[in-house]
Amino acid sequence: MNRINYLFQTKKERILSIYVTAGFPKLEDTIPVLEAIQAAGADIIEIGLPYSDPIADGPTIQESNTIALANGMSIKKIFSQLLGFRAKIHLPVVLMGYLNPIIQYGVEEFCKKCKEVGIDGLILPDLPMSHYLEEYKELFERYGLFNIFLISPQTSEKRILEVDQHSNGFIYMVSSHAITGAKAEISPEQEQYFERVAGMNLSNPRLIGFGISDAATFQLASSYSQGAIIGSAFIKHITNSTAIPEDIQSFIQAVLVKE
Amino acid sequence: MMIKVDEKGFYGNFGGAYIPEMLYPNVEELRENWEAIVASPTYQEEFQSLLKDFVGRPTPLYFANRLSESFGAKIYLKREDLCHTGAHKVNNTVGQIILAKKLGKKRIIAETGAGQHGVATATVCALMGMDCTIYMGELDIKRQRPNVERMRILGAKVVPAISGSKTLKDATNEAMRAWISDPVGTHYIIGSVVGPHPYPEMVARFQSVISEEIKWQLLSKEGRENPDVVIACVGGGSNAAGAFYHYYNEPSVRLVAVEAAGLGIHSGKSAATSVLGKSGILHGSKTLLMQTEDGQVVEPHSISAGLDYPGIGPVHAHLHEIGRAEFVGVEDEDAMKAGIFLSRTEGIIPAIETAHAIHALHQIEFNADDLIVINLSGRGDKDLETYIHWGNY
Ligand SMILES: Cc1ncc(COP(=O)(O)O)c(C=O)c1O
Repeated sequence: MNRINYLFQTKKERILSIYVTAGFPKLEDTIPVLEAIQAAGADIIEIGLPYSDPIADGPTIQESNTIALANGMSIKKIFSQLLGFRAKIHLPVVLMGYLNPIIQYGVEEFCKKCKEVGIDGLILPDLPMSHYLEEYKELFERYGLFNIFLISPQTSEKRILEVDQHSNGFIYMVSSHAITGAKAEISPEQEQYFERVAGMNLSNPRLIGFGISDAATFQLASSYSQGAIIGSAFIKHITNSTAIPEDIQSFIQAVLVKE
Repeated sequence: MMIKVDEKGFYGNFGGAYIPEMLYPNVEELRENWEAIVASPTYQEEFQSLLKDFVGRPTPLYFANRLSESFGAKIYLKREDLCHTGAHKVNNTVGQIILAKKLGKKRIIAETGAGQHGVATATVCALMGMDCTIYMGELDIKRQRPNVERMRILGAKVVPAISGSKTLKDATNEAMRAWISDPVGTHYIIGSVVGPHPYPEMVARFQSVISEEIKWQLLSKEGRENPDVVIACVGGGSNAAGAFYHYYNEPSVRLVAVEAAGLGIHSGKSAATSVLGKSGILHGSKTLLMQTEDGQVVEPHSISAGLDYPGIGPVHAHLHEIGRAEFVGVEDEDAMKAGIFLSRTEGIIPAIETAHAIHALHQIEFNADDLIVINLSGRGDKDLETYIHWGNY
């Protein structure tokens, strides 16, 4: 069974997913960071593949992408780092990235490598549903990769149902009209949207991401869904860290404190 | 082969709408509505009247006597430089602002490279009383100072893009992010034939007035609608798409697309996408794109901010792939010389983007007495500092 499905079958609430850019802050930090995230008690890891033009990302993740690229990170490099990582990491891992580097690497080769190293799913913000269904679905399925779709407050009810029909694993609920890393508070309109989607009885679980940064926002998001995703706040926390495992431990434990 | 966009926004292998879900409702709203709105009589009445009385259309098709003599061909210049605000860009912004109004949008955002599209957008926003924010690369803000101030005078807010190469591609990234952040009230006026479907076709349609006019103007001056050659510079490719549009499917008309070769096509400092690019995805469409082996977008270089873009519109990628258009690369130095040359032979100081198209006359073959139309996409006022800095006149 795909690790993502297994997780959602065995854990129903307060699922914490952490996003980190591959090769950040230093090129060889990828695996130690994954280990620390797992040790600290998170449930899912999203590894960001750095890109020169990440249009769905805010300044914090953009900057981490720029640094990772300058460090020499690439798709080839991340696969070489991930070779054998399943000996240490049992959490579900999804890769999040933009389409162009994957196309240049070769989509089928990419999927094959994902399966080989033990990747469970993909989040590709600039791969819309129609192109996915026509060009990619069959390939992803052949290599056991879940495609995680995004929805936003603007997504119509009809389209959410379509997304639900084509999703596996979970649905990524973008919390607001925003790119990643935008403001830290959750507004009443956002709560209405969380509530509306929660009431739709979708067949897939939902994680809420973008703007989730601490125990309070994690708790609130979790009250409307199975859990949440933290990216920018985590990246910020480790940017200048000199003690990465300890800093990750303290960050994640602080998020998981029940208020 | 017919050059025509298909239902999904593809020209052959290029185009489409590779956009984050957060933009799907906006782009879908536009895709579903733009053609019907633009075809409606109330839209057309307002559009045509603004093109005439505000933009100053039709622009002249001017027989360039001394230029013709020096090249031994019959050369006409399509005077888009005489459009209000100084370039072809305003044809598109007038078209899109009326559309935005009909869609009930309150706020306009745009990206700009040379600042021409930013000025053209700020201008129509002032005209319609709409709130306007322009994203511009920090580097371009420095090299296109007068246009920055023009935008501010017109009441627009100019926001510097400080990521990446700090030029047009980064300004486009910022504009897309801003659109994601306010999808309901904002319309994004893209300035060239780039971006997700339906933008490339929509912008081309607004610019197609250029070749529509060339046809009847040539008929009255030369007794024929079709020239032998049409030449235009290509950044994203909107002035070229406009000048080529009604000739796409006239195989007797040679289409020449002129790219910026910067310091030399293989110097590592160039923006000659047709030679250096490979198929990839940028700003929502599949097109030819300058990129590394790893699929990271390469920072281009051109002395002209308006051509300093690592991609080309999908229609041009298609014209290139099927061999319908000839692509020529003109280097910085040659473009500057051509700018001075046109100034002195015809009394027209061209934009440096446009000067690339002029220099192409040295780089293509043609027969004596061929009828050539060059799209004079813009005037050089905005480039005075670059001309002065270059100094070689
Ligand atoms: C005068 C002029 N010509 C050409 C261009 C290039 O744009 P496009 O290729 O879309 O016509 C610009 C862009 O700013 C411009 O100002």
